Amino acid sequence: MPNNRVLTGSRAMVEAIAQEMRADPKVFVMGEDVGPYGGIFSSTTGLLDEFGEERVRDTPISETAFIGAGVGAAMAGMRPIVELMFVDFFGVCMDAIYNLAAKNTYFSGGNCKVPMVLMTATGGGYNDAGQHSQTLHATFAHLPGMKVVAPSNAYDAKGLMTSAIRDDSPVLYMFHKGLQGLAWMAAPEEASTEVPEDAYSIPFGEAKVVREGRDVTIVAISMTVHHARAAAEALAAEGVDAEVIDLRSLVPLDREAVLKSVRKTGRLVVADEDYRNFGLTAEVIASVVETDPGLLRSPPRRVAFPDIPIPYSRPMEQFALPDADKIRAAVQQTLGKAAA
Amino acid sequence: MEPTKNQLLWMYDAMAKARYYEDTMAKAYMEGKSPKFDIGAGPVPGEMHLSAGQEPCAAGVCVHLRFDDTVTATHRPHHVAIAKGVDLNKMTAEIYGKRSGLAGGRGGHMHLFDPAVNFACSGIIGESAGPATGAGLAAKLQGTDAVAVAYLGEGAANQGAFHEALNLASLWQLPVIFVIEDNAWGISVPKSKSTAVPDNSVRAQGYNMPGVHVADNDTLKVFEAAGEAVERARRGDGPTLIEVQTYRYYGHFQGDPEVYRPKDEVAHLKARDPIDRLRKHMIDQAGVTEAEADEALSQAQAEVDAAFEFARQSDDPAPEDALEHVFA
Repeated sequence: MPNNRVLTGSRAMVEAIAQEMRADPKVFVMGEDVGPYGGIFSSTTGLLDEFGEERVRDTPISETAFIGAGVGAAMAGMRPIVELMFVDFFGVCMDAIYNLAAKNTYFSGGNCKVPMVLMTATGGGYNDAGQHSQTLHATFAHLPGMKVVAPSNAYDAKGLMTSAIRDDSPVLYMFHKGLQGLAWMAAPEEASTEVPEDAYSIPFGEAKVVREGRDVTIVAISMTVHHARAAAEALAAEGVDAEVIDLRSLVPLDREAVLKSVRKTGRLVVADEDYRNFGLTAEVIASVVETDPGLLRSPPRRVAFPDIPIPYSRPMEQFALPDADKIRAAVQQTLGKAAA
Repeated sequence: MEPTKNQLLWMYDAMAKARYYEDTMAKAYMEGKSPKFDIGAGPVPGEMHLSAGQEPCAAGVCVHLRFDDTVTATHRPHHVAIAKGVDLNKMTAEIYGKRSGLAGGRGGHMHLFDPAVNFACSGIIGESAGPATGAGLAAKLQGTDAVAVAYLGEGAANQGAFHEALNLASLWQLPVIFVIEDNAWGISVPKSKSTAVPDNSVRAQGYNMPGVHVADNDTLKVFEAAGEAVERARRGDGPTLIEVQTYRYYGHFQGDPEVYRPKDEVAHLKARDPIDRLRKHMIDQAGVTEAEADEALSQAQAEVDAAFEFARQSDDPAPEDALEHVFA
């Protein structure tokens, strides 16, 4: 692989955007601090220098207006990539997202399309408290009409971004701050990966088996993939062979990949940094038991954020966040063992 | 409207305390985060938005307020919280994420709530406007002459929540003062690239209320504009919009590389420091002695030092405390 380099998540994302902007003049970027700053979480670094202010547009702090404008521009033939700085900020602009972007294709009987990417930063773990640390996967995946993806590593970050830009439907691209490889925020080493220089796409709805195993299936997404992998390594030392699945997208959801794994292992743990109740973890478990309740040899377990606002103070946030130990304990429960 | 000597000293105290607080916090925040900046390390958690330079907006307004008046502030709240009389020990402990903090460490620096002095803030841009409007509505319904002040940055004046609240407050003639702290930068975006009017106070016309622009971070002019607005609100004559041209000496947040800001801009701003100017004014023209000013300054600094000591000495919350206070 001579043209592969190890890139951070943010550099992989930016490379996908730049390549699509070179290939297609309809693609442009707008959002807060995406210009000279390069995106608060380095999602647009260097784009202004190459493409100029017309195609890389700093906006006022007016999300209702500029996300609504993204919908309008998309329907008028452009392919906007719009950044919502923190996913937590969706509260001021949700109408443009779920009543316009997500529904206009349906409301037009398929005669209109909204090829817009809404990219947004998710996740906690750096003590930014309850208005800047949420993950909110399910909030968007719950609402029909949007595709929702959440990469766990640089390779997927590039391929999923390329697919998102080329997709004719609105795509919510949810990137975890702690996977961007920022100089000022700790990230798991495995989040930076080899990334081919040439453009490539990753189809939505195809989960990836990150680690093969026989005893238990751990389904994860975004940051929890790294926790799951660490848990699997710890479990291997205890003689438990865990399979780890990275869903990569919530909508569409690769239920088949989960079923295939559970048919083999008979045990299931689902991990997500989003709130627990009414979330992705329940959806994955429902997919299995709706298909065949007999597939599971023990009750499935969920590892997710408890249903509390995200606390600021470090001991409380760490108590609440999913991590490798919590996943390992959940796996042990599915095996009928008390957590060590 | 001229401030009395006591009012001048009160403002000087509030401003000096806020400045010393922020400079102390800037150092404390970097503990454990240098030489390589890691936002998740060190004794002070999270993001940190410091307000040094913006003190006139806090002191010049809050000097007119009572404990029963409400203030809603922004993600950059410390100077306003100090001027409103928020408990300094508990506030500092909250910012350190300690059990003795205002919220036991649940809220942190952007989410400070002190109901004893009717202070609240939010990390979401523009979300001070609606709650202040509601506090004004409550005062009106309760038949008191309390008022409410919403603080916003100039960037927030482009949020829908701001415009909707202006209309509602004017429509219902509520006792609300909207104070825009124009520090020229919305993170990296200058006002000229985000805002269709150079002066947001003109937007008041669209909502049938007075709009006042205060230039040059002038504490005395803020005092005058806010004094008239608060009087008007207490009389039941409705809301006012004030925009104050102010400055921020630090970056948007600590760790901000500030690639967007000219290197010498802050040096120019500091040459016209509002605290120095206020001190000179009260000594030269209002009969305050150097000794009185020095005494105010040292008291303010001692109070801040004590608050940081209180915070450092306080216990961490228990991890499972995270589960408490989700519901009333």
